[in-house]
Amino acid sequence: MTPSVPFAQSMHDAALQRRLPGSGSAWLDAARAEALQTFATRGLPDQRNELWKYTSLRALAQKTYVADDPQASSRAVDAALLPASAMQGPCAVFVNGAFRAELSQLDALPEGVVVQSLASALREAPEPLRFLLDKRTDDDDDGFTLLNRALAADGLILKVVAGAEVGEPLHIVHVGLAAEAAAAFHLRSLVEVGEGARLRIVEHHVGEPQNGHLTNIMRDISVHENAHLDWTIIQQAGADATLLRRSRVRLHDDAGLDLHALELGGKLVRHEIRTELAGARSRFNSRGAFVLHGRQHADMEVLVTHRGRDSVSNAVWRGVADDRARGVVHGRILVQPGADGADGSFYNKNLLLSPDAEIDTRPALEIYADEVKANHGATVGQLDEKVLFYLRSRGIPLETARRILVRAFCSVALDGIEPASLRERCEALLAEQLPEVSA
Amino acid sequence: MLKIENLHARIGAKEILKGLSLEVKPGEVHAIMGPNGAGKSTLGNVLAGRSGYEVTAGTVTFDGKNLLELEPEARAAAGVFLAFQYPVEIPGVNNTYFLRAALNAQRKACGEQELDSMQFLKLVREKIKEMGMTPELLNRAVNEGFSGGEKKRNEVFQMAVLEPRLAILDETDSGLDIDALKQVAAGVNSLRSAERAFLVITHYQRLLDYIVPDFVHVLADGRIVESGNAQLARELEAHGYAWVRERTPAEAEAGA
Repeated sequence: MTPSVPFAQSMHDAALQRRLPGSGSAWLDAARAEALQTFATRGLPDQRNELWKYTSLRALAQKTYVADDPQASSRAVDAALLPASAMQGPCAVFVNGAFRAELSQLDALPEGVVVQSLASALREAPEPLRFLLDKRTDDDDDGFTLLNRALAADGLILKVVAGAEVGEPLHIVHVGLAAEAAAAFHLRSLVEVGEGARLRIVEHHVGEPQNGHLTNIMRDISVHENAHLDWTIIQQAGADATLLRRSRVRLHDDAGLDLHALELGGKLVRHEIRTELAGARSRFNSRGAFVLHGRQHADMEVLVTHRGRDSVSNAVWRGVADDRARGVVHGRILVQPGADGADGSFYNKNLLLSPDAEIDTRPALEIYADEVKANHGATVGQLDEKVLFYLRSRGIPLETARRILVRAFCSVALDGIEPASLRERCEALLAEQLPEVSA
Repeated sequence: MLKIENLHARIGAKEILKGLSLEVKPGEVHAIMGPNGAGKSTLGNVLAGRSGYEVTAGTVTFDGKNLLELEPEARAAAGVFLAFQYPVEIPGVNNTYFLRAALNAQRKACGEQELDSMQFLKLVREKIKEMGMTPELLNRAVNEGFSGGEKKRNEVFQMAVLEPRLAILDETDSGLDIDALKQVAAGVNSLRSAERAFLVITHYQRLLDYIVPDFVHVLADGRIVESGNAQLARELEAHGYAWVRERTPAEAEAGA
């Protein structure tokens, strides 16, 4: 079957051209071929798909992307582009979809942490990753996960052994650099936090403004019994970048995940976070904010499934859209049979700074268990004129007053970020983003 | 310092101020009293520059400048301060941060050096002590979760830090118990000076037992219908506002 839309055609061509790491392995070749074939029939998700209801891919479907950036492994990276705080400790750096060992610092990793790039792991031997990659497609796969299965050429395999306590955060930096042609990068990652272990990850996305690449990241994260993962996302992708992520998280008994997300950059940005509270007393706290300008589009899908008894999820998200930007927040809490005593909440507030901006928010609860507590709430509004006047009546100019109020509005999403220096960094980035807030 | 002449103002189609005139000189404390709906709060809001009010006639000059053409922040920088009847809560904005932003914005507008955080902290610690308030308030979000009394005291505290030339107190006594009222009044009295004037808007005479005014004006139906000294406030308390209307029937009719 020949895909008819330009995007699908370019992905098909990419698959033919590109020799992927691990190819030659019969099961891996078969899994990739099957995913590609299914993509050819399913195509890109359309807005009839509940999870894509407010994100149109019509414009994307008309674009074409080359298979990779041939110079990804050698392009010089301007040091100013890299987050300074990240480069001082252990970090893994990806440039245009390729892991760059010489830019990363992984030799002095804390005890108990094992990190390898997907490409090198597959080149060594695909077999140990068969459990992850040898999967048939299922109903939950959309066009991007299928493309990821078919075309993932790199990513990060990160394991923390049982009982290890990793104090220092591990930074994962994705850099987008302008290239001769816009390319699509598919990255597949795996994070395993062993029993009783603790890990901190800070994920950065940075890029040159004129890079028009598409980055498609798919990752599986397991936090085992009594383990804890602290995960902070600082997304400042280039102004022309497309960034699509799907994270599947599984929390075992007494496991915890704290997620903070600050989404500031990119042109079309999406993060689908599917968290399964599989274990009893597992906990998932998520806080996030996006601030959008121009014609940016951000779509945050926070999909929480409670399966374990007494599992707890809390979500506090904030959205700000100015100009003609568009934001989407979808928070779904699904409490499965057997998850008795589960406690889930999802709160989302949004701020529109221009009459042409739009934010769609959809909180949803589905409950099939007993003794469950579930709360949700969502609002979309504007800056309160009364509050603005109060600030101005004290001498604060209108523009400053707006900035102060927008920052305050978002700051709740940063509560709990540790260490304090990281929180300060996030606050500074937020402040930097806001001078652009228009009248 | 402040000169209001024949001020007419409306909200939408509704005329609220109907030819109000008033002159305030430095060091004076003027009380504006009047029944509900007389236009007391409108006067405060028009002077501070709140949107939604349309001035249809008259002039307001402050230190010779046309106050009405200034943005609210410029009026503040010129020295006008409104203590709100209903101070708003601003979650996520720390009181200290807010006040420093306000003070430095005013200083900048006046071409003065901005204060750094150390200088500012020293200043607010002194002021909060003078106001007899707990320093803990500085670390809280502006008015968030404050009681009615705390909010009003916070307004007076802001006034102490910003040191306006003209302070307008819009029903600062409303919702206060007697202890809170005394504290607020003591705060205000400590700020009285030869350079600073006050416009105390109130419905009841009670506040004026503690902030003793030089002049008392009765505002009825958008105009000042009677002026006098502190004694007038006591007579009003004894006789009620109807008494003023009876004394000035022609004017009340003309305004109706």
